[in-house]
Amino acid sequence: MSNSTEIPANETTHKHTISVLLENKFGALNRVAGMFSAKGYNLESITVGPTEDISVSRMTIVTRGDDAIIEQIIKQLNKLIDTLKVVDLTYDSFMERELALIKIGTTPDNRSEIMQIVEIFQAKIIDISHKTVTVESTGSGQKVDAIIKMLKPFHIKEIARTGRVALKREFVGEV
Amino acid sequence: MTQHTSPPSPQRQMTGAEIFVRSLIEEKVDIVFGYPGGAVIGIYDALHDISDIKHILTRHEQGAVHAAEGYAKASGKPGVALVTSGPGATNTVTGIADAYMDSIPIVVFTGQVALKLIGNDAFQEADIVGITRPITKHNYLVRDVNELAATIKEAFYVATTGRPGPVLVDLPKDVMAMKTMFSYPKNVKMRSYVPHIEGHQKQLDKAIALIAKAKRPVLYVGGGTILSNASEELTKFAHKTKIPVTTTLHGLGAFPETDELSLGMLGMHGTWYSNSAVNYSDLLISVGARFDDRVTGKTDAFAPEAKKIHIDVDPSNISKNVKVDVPIVGDVKKVLQQLLPSVTALDTKDWIQTIKNWKEEHPLRYRNGKYIRMQHVIQKISEITKGKAIIVSDVGQHQMWTAQFYKYVYPRTHLTSGGLGTMGFSLPASMGAAFARKDFPVISISGDGGFQMNIQELATIREHSVPIKIIILNNGYLGMVRQWQELFWRKRYSQVEMFGPDYVKLAEAYGIPGFRATLTDEVEDVINKMFTIDGPVLAEFKVVKEDNVYPMIPAGQTYHEIIDMPEEKTVSINGEKESDIEMVTITKG
Repeated sequence: MSNSTEIPANETTHKHTISVLLENKFGALNRVAGMFSAKGYNLESITVGPTEDISVSRMTIVTRGDDAIIEQIIKQLNKLIDTLKVVDLTYDSFMERELALIKIGTTPDNRSEIMQIVEIFQAKIIDISHKTVTVESTGSGQKVDAIIKMLKPFHIKEIARTGRVALKREFVGEV
Repeated sequence: MTQHTSPPSPQRQMTGAEIFVRSLIEEKVDIVFGYPGGAVIGIYDALHDISDIKHILTRHEQGAVHAAEGYAKASGKPGVALVTSGPGATNTVTGIADAYMDSIPIVVFTGQVALKLIGNDAFQEADIVGITRPITKHNYLVRDVNELAATIKEAFYVATTGRPGPVLVDLPKDVMAMKTMFSYPKNVKMRSYVPHIEGHQKQLDKAIALIAKAKRPVLYVGGGTILSNASEELTKFAHKTKIPVTTTLHGLGAFPETDELSLGMLGMHGTWYSNSAVNYSDLLISVGARFDDRVTGKTDAFAPEAKKIHIDVDPSNISKNVKVDVPIVGDVKKVLQQLLPSVTALDTKDWIQTIKNWKEEHPLRYRNGKYIRMQHVIQKISEITKGKAIIVSDVGQHQMWTAQFYKYVYPRTHLTSGGLGTMGFSLPASMGAAFARKDFPVISISGDGGFQMNIQELATIREHSVPIKIIILNNGYLGMVRQWQELFWRKRYSQVEMFGPDYVKLAEAYGIPGFRATLTDEVEDVINKMFTIDGPVLAEFKVVKEDNVYPMIPAGQTYHEIIDMPEEKTVSINGEKESDIEMVTITKG
């Protein structure tokens, strides 16, 4: 889910990935999304799903703001009664993944070129017809951005992106 | 997640409606303000035979919520409102938003259509949980009768702990008819909600060090001090440290305004000297206040020379508007108790003398004459009651004058709609306050605009002979909007002049004694007459049409742009002789 409240990027605003654990209760996603729109915070993506504990949901939020705004966002998230834990992963080492499905209009001439790009990005073709291929790409947000950029010159018919999921990395050392 | 610890009850099965009523009794709710309807008819049936709970039928659901707020503010206990689904629920929205802005602990129960009809655009259906999500501290839809008792327990717990606020519980009609065993949980344990009570020692130490060094300190006290019942601790703290005290609109009453250290209210319409003291202070200690824009004006010019300590139970208030040096998250009462043993008397003699000089140079003033000024009425009420009354103001010019010209001495004696600024608050809120408190008389003060917004509650007040002194300060204008139009919109008075009924006749129509004063000479007499009547009584004061609230710091500006009352002696009304106009001055502290 993406929100079009565009705050222009500058030196003081940074992208943050925030992980929130909340009680898996009716309306939890609404409370968080509603708080972002009510307070006018930027919301680039928000994903939610169950965790290893069925009573707990994990929400991964990608947002942008200066330090004061990010501090308020974290406080406001904590203030929601159903919130168990809020972690700003940005300053930790963390793993992030996003999935995109990209449907491209093809001709017999360009199909092999598309397949090469797909291979370079270690993406997959999951559907093919005479006039289209659909590519599944998983990776960091940047990687997904990159494959979409490479496929732009072709006729992209539809894109579905999941938004980001992230977890703190436990491995200590260079990655 | 709620864990109940009570043992299984051997009692018979009860319907949701019966469980609801029993749960309120368990919460020691003695009064409910409400309005029945189709979706709550079962609940009203269950309430019918219960003598432990008094139900007050208001004449509009908004009145019920404001009454619950008034009850909560005056007593410190949670207020309760009960309404039906759809329009009943949506009519509570303004009151709920008001309670959210002013951190008032209320629990609002709304009826809802049956579970299987939710989402079908059923008759009198509204998604009140969705509608009130951003204006409640938390809200619930009860989907299973087995969760009802625990949800009610949790609702009261959330409303009254931490930073208090409104909680809404939506009750589908069929859930309230289902049966289960009743067992009320003894306590609430929520893993996701744990309010901070005690201040962190490291932060306390930093604050103590700053306080010890301060030369020109000021205590800036907000409604949080009253909400946490910390007036006694605050007064001790101010006396021990010899730090002068200014309060916000909601902080009025937290510190006696008869005390030498009192500066009265600060902010847009605060006293000149409180704003001066804050501006020149070297240490500002915010106690249960939230650096609201009506207090700070332009934030980067607010108390520019001061180090700032901020005591607040809500972490999200810290550094929200103004960056502070030492935040202390915790309950005001607890934090003051923690600080008290470690602070000592400061040498503030020179500072207090400076403030005294400011008080003499720039007291609160108004020009009195033959025709009634609102300030005069408030001043007389203050002189007659000596702080021993619960003053419930509405919103507008009279609200600011009620804040300025009444000397508050006790906590929970000044009730008003501060954050949301809800016109129509006073009359129903004063009713709630009068049900909560018998020790002090309750005085509702409204302008003619706000009074007409919840005028229907006169019937409720008469029905229950609620002993309220109802004061209408009638200038035939939406005075504050007119003031802004005069000062900032070239006197283009757009839609602010307003017709009203004959309020004395109106009172009579409701069976309430009514008085009117049109001349300054009559004011005191009318107020005294009101105090001879036991039940409800109304008085209309016809006041001068055009007068302005001063001092004023225009919105978003700084202390240096403060406008005090113009010196020219030009305000004569209806041919009052200039020589008859006298300047009246009042000083807090």
